[in-house]
Amino acid sequence: MTEKNIDLSVDIAGLKLENPVIGASGTFGFGREFADYMDLNRIGGISVKGLTLEKRQGNKPPRIAETPAGILNSVGLQNPGVKAFIENEIPFLRKFSTKIIANIAGNTIEDYCSMAEQLSDADIDAIELNVSCPNVKKGCVAFGNSTAGISEITGKVKKYCKKPLIVKLTPNVTDVKEIAVAAEDAGADAISLINTILGMAIDIHRKRPILANNVGGLSGPAVKPIAVRMVYEVASVVKIPVIGMGGISSGEDAVEFMLAGASAVMVGTANFINPTACVDVVEGIKNYLKMYNHSSVYEIIGKLQLN
Amino acid sequence: MSRVLNERIESIEKIAKSIYRMTVKSEYISANARPGQFANVKCSEGINALLRRPISICDVDKDRGTFDIVFQIKGIGTEYLSQKRVGSEVDLIGPLGSPFHISEEYKRIAVVGGGIGIFPLLYLLKEMKEADKSAFLGFRSSDYVVMTEEFESASDRLSISTDDGSMGYKGIITDLLAEDIADRGFDIIYTCGPMPMIRKVKDMAQKAGIKCQVSLEQRMGCGIGACLVCACKTGKPDNWEYSHVCKDGPVFWSDEVVLDD
Ligand SMILES: Cc1cc2nc3c(=O)[nH]c(=O)nc-3n(C[C@H](O)[C@H](O)[C@H](O)COP(=O)(O)OP(=O)(O)OC[C@H]3O[C@@H](n4cnc5c(N)ncnc54)[C@H](O)[C@@H]3O)c2cc1C
Ligand SMILES: Cc1cc2nc3c(=O)[nH]c(=O)nc-3n(C[C@H](O)[C@H](O)[C@H](O)COP(=O)(O)O)c2cc1C
Ligand code: FES
Repeated sequence: MTEKNIDLSVDIAGLKLENPVIGASGTFGFGREFADYMDLNRIGGISVKGLTLEKRQGNKPPRIAETPAGILNSVGLQNPGVKAFIENEIPFLRKFSTKIIANIAGNTIEDYCSMAEQLSDADIDAIELNVSCPNVKKGCVAFGNSTAGISEITGKVKKYCKKPLIVKLTPNVTDVKEIAVAAEDAGADAISLINTILGMAIDIHRKRPILANNVGGLSGPAVKPIAVRMVYEVASVVKIPVIGMGGISSGEDAVEFMLAGASAVMVGTANFINPTACVDVVEGIKNYLKMYNHSSVYEIIGKLQLN
Repeated sequence: MSRVLNERIESIEKIAKSIYRMTVKSEYISANARPGQFANVKCSEGINALLRRPISICDVDKDRGTFDIVFQIKGIGTEYLSQKRVGSEVDLIGPLGSPFHISEEYKRIAVVGGGIGIFPLLYLLKEMKEADKSAFLGFRSSDYVVMTEEFESASDRLSISTDDGSMGYKGIITDLLAEDIADRGFDIIYTCGPMPMIRKVKDMAQKAGIKCQVSLEQRMGCGIGACLVCACKTGKPDNWEYSHVCKDGPVFWSDEVVLDD
């Protein structure tokens, strides 16, 4: 039997990815950290560390706690600022075919608009609006947890944004569907989810939280079922493409999200344990498609049949 | 450059209460590891103890192509690691981090280690072949005293203290260092161990005008500089920024780190 060609490429609102696997923001640095371990050309895209208008130092350590099948983090958006990213990081990333997604976060809507404007003139491929970071005191998640908030920020940023605009949703809401619809109605080109789930871990010997910030965001295998359910819910109410993430570490995990309706996936925490996780997920998806004789990823996206 | 490796365990031995020494066959690590660097070790299979654990390279045998790690059981990860069997494989990334600064200009050196912080200092002593070497090792009690013969033969003189006086000097190791700083003088002091000890050594070195390198610990996510969780302050007390222990460290010059939290 001759092996037929499998087309892994996907088009997310004009963002053309060679394959549907993207390094998730905050877990893939600026790509260069992984270049020793893998060929960056082999993954569809990289969503870079969350950028803010000015450089940020982030939260006090400890910033991480291990929990059953997961981790809590409270990095607090440490990053060099959007200008330094444009000057120092884009030239390196551009040496590869992988697509560059700029993940942005801010204290005010004006911050977001200003970043979207600067990045629209920069050599990147899409902007991911992070309105879901649980680790900073002001702004950010406050815009993402109500329909009015998400609608206002998406609408305003869209005016300044000349690249595909992905809005990244928080799972820390009662009904993620209505938030997703509000983002779509306000002009989002795609939705990504989930960001981390707010959590806490306590050192019982010190009678204090492990994280200096007391609370942090849960990620890793522990969150996967929640993420799959939310991706399914969102994909069934919006028409724009959905990018799924939360606990993906294998091709099988990614396929779950794609069947639930995700056109692409992001891999986060798994990169810490296995620096080649993204490439392994690409291979795993390919093997699955081969096994069921599919020739394109579109043959599985949203093809879940409910019982 | 560091690599993801699956290497064979040549031996694993309990050397003291809850402390294990593991010898791992690895041409790559033995050829490339510098003193002060660490390996990020996967301790479990599956999704329990999800993260890798940072463990210092304690010794290297270049001829045999092996390296040693020594670890104390603290929680679930080190517990798993202690149950590994000879002949099985260990999944690790290494060598990682910035090594100790070694120079022929350092004629008289001191290493000051406390608890699990002593382990990276053995390889350092072995690599500084020409210098006159004083080693100061502090332990909680005689139950935890390990590897004294090796430290003895890798140094010119060895001082030991225990908190409870069950072996060596009773008290903290920096008391012994203080005497020798006054009597002998050093060109550089290297230290690794609990934060109060590191702070004290840093202060003593600064007052005496001696160069000093410290090796820091912090909880890690990736170990390769990508996740930014392993923050530590660098700069001056009134003008600092967060650097990262896994990539910028674990070894820093004592005057470039701010040790206030
Ligand atoms: C650069 C570096 C070198 C080290 N070298 C050695 C060594 O040579 N020998 C040795 O015995 N120990 C060493 N440690 C400490 C060792 O990493 C911890 O004891 C170990 O991670 C504890 O894991 P656990 O699962 O047993 O404990 P748990 O408490 O169950 O671990 C929970 C989580 O906290 C992290 N954690 C807990 N304590 C520490 C700590 N002190 N430092 C960093 N992370 C921690 C773990 O990695 C894990 O992610 C080193 C630490 C660092 C940062
Ligand atoms: C250490 C860490 C830092 C993160 N930083 C960001 C960030 O800057 N911006 C963002 O949108 N998401 C950030 N995230 C969330 C991830 O992109 C992802 O949404 C989440 O971790 C779930 O995926 P996972 O389970 O595969 O890790 C971060 C996650 C972790 C673990
Ligand atoms: S552990 Fe990830 S940056 Fe240091």
